[in-house]
Amino acid sequence: MSSSSSFSMQRTGAMVLRYTYLLRSSWSRVLDLMYWPAVQMVTWGFLQTYLAHLPQTQTLASHATLAAGTLIGAIMLWDILFRGQLGFSLSFLEEIWSRNIGNLMMSPLRPSELIFSLMAMSILRLAVGLVPVTLLAIWFFGFNLWGLGLGLILFFVNLILTSWSIGLITAGLVLRNGLGAENLMWTIMFLILPLACVYYPVSVLPPWMQMLAWCLPPTYVFEGMRALLLDQQLRLDLMAEAFGLNIVLFSVAIAVFFALMQSARQIGSLLQTGE
Amino acid sequence: MDAAAAKRKLMDGAPAIEVQGLSKIFKSVAAVDGISFKIQPGSITGLLGGNGAGKTTTIGMIMGLILPTSGSVRVLGHDMTRDRYRVLARMNFESPYVDMPHRLTVRQNLRVFASLYGVSHIETRISDLAVSLALEDLLDRPSGKLSAGQKTRVALAKALINEPEVLLLDEPTASLDPDTADWIRTRLEDYRARHNATILLASHNMAEVERLCDRIIMLKKGCVAGDGSPAEFLDRFGRDTLEDVFLDVARDRGLAGLKQADTKAN
Repeated sequence: MSSSSSFSMQRTGAMVLRYTYLLRSSWSRVLDLMYWPAVQMVTWGFLQTYLAHLPQTQTLASHATLAAGTLIGAIMLWDILFRGQLGFSLSFLEEIWSRNIGNLMMSPLRPSELIFSLMAMSILRLAVGLVPVTLLAIWFFGFNLWGLGLGLILFFVNLILTSWSIGLITAGLVLRNGLGAENLMWTIMFLILPLACVYYPVSVLPPWMQMLAWCLPPTYVFEGMRALLLDQQLRLDLMAEAFGLNIVLFSVAIAVFFALMQSARQIGSLLQTGE
Repeated sequence: MDAAAAKRKLMDGAPAIEVQGLSKIFKSVAAVDGISFKIQPGSITGLLGGNGAGKTTTIGMIMGLILPTSGSVRVLGHDMTRDRYRVLARMNFESPYVDMPHRLTVRQNLRVFASLYGVSHIETRISDLAVSLALEDLLDRPSGKLSAGQKTRVALAKALINEPEVLLLDEPTASLDPDTADWIRTRLEDYRARHNATILLASHNMAEVERLCDRIIMLKKGCVAGDGSPAEFLDRFGRDTLEDVFLDVARDRGLAGLKQADTKAN
């Protein structure tokens, strides 16, 4: 038997295998990964098409029409953030729903290995859900997300780091408080939606809200996306600031997760997860 | 302490499980209140007690899933609060409070747990377990679609997947019919005999405890109310069955005599 005292790729792989079995066993789960991102992209895509074709004599000014050209990009990047967190959190929730967390915590699986497997599943679920949608966007609206090149890689890294941080904190809360905290996993990302300025520039917010918005790493990504799509300018400064904030956020999230896990061991909730 | 040193210590007669002054207080309620005991390698020990006596909390602390308020637990020489990852691969457990993922087949579940426990030759091990626990026809069925008896056999297969030296069982035959329960007990006896494994089981089933256990630790309100072999308990209480002894302890009949006997024995 392998040593259980250090990080093990075998145990991490076992957890990825477990989640892959689960996905394979349920076509509705796979369909669910693609369904909503596709519906959103098509809806916002048609809205963008409509806005782009409005005559300039109507109330919308030309720069607003241009801004509307970023809607499909915004919705797809938002989905990386939102679906990335859901992919992480739902894989974790599967353990709670199936009352398997006690088995895992009693096994040699280390918390860091569980976290890595959840991060891997977050990327896998995103790939299954979003890659077909990006191809659909090219076919339907001629919008090529992949054409963002290096920008897309930087946006992705920053958004996925934020999504994992939020996923870690909510997973810790569910571990500590049981399924009573489950709703947070579905809704927490929408709390930051207005402040992350997904569909509009930060400048439209009141000054005090702008200060809050700049505390969130995704705000830099969406500003960067608009700079790239509207001005063809890759704002590396924004990406570096987002990355710095993400490192802080991810470190805090890891610390919070471990603190909540320790608290769960204190109150005995690892053996009896539920409402 | 490395694995080889731990094994040497075991062979020198060191206890497989050592609980010292263990307490757990949830808010203001003492679920476990300063208990101490040692369990020798190769023995089957029953942890007895009524609802709320502290059995599950004690097992949870032995597994390291619940942190003690005070006291210590050592399994195979390792402190379970600070050093549990060194020993987890050598132990396993089964409990009605946990379940296997329902949508995965039995084979998939066992494969995942075998990998988690670092088992080599996984498919061979699964085949061997399937034969010994009569799971051959169930291996490719979803775990959630099994009967209670089948689920218990699968849970036992998971608990034995790594051939543990220490096996913790929380009510292993709860809600099973007498035939299936008897079958499970036979498998546990076989496993202990073949592997010289240490088994600690919490149970309400007196017939099960009488048949399987070399020793009984009786808990009441988080304290050890008695400790000895089944025969010693029957003798001390002047009863014919452990069920009568259990009722005497639960209703405080003859408890003083039991404590006196324990004091003399120690």
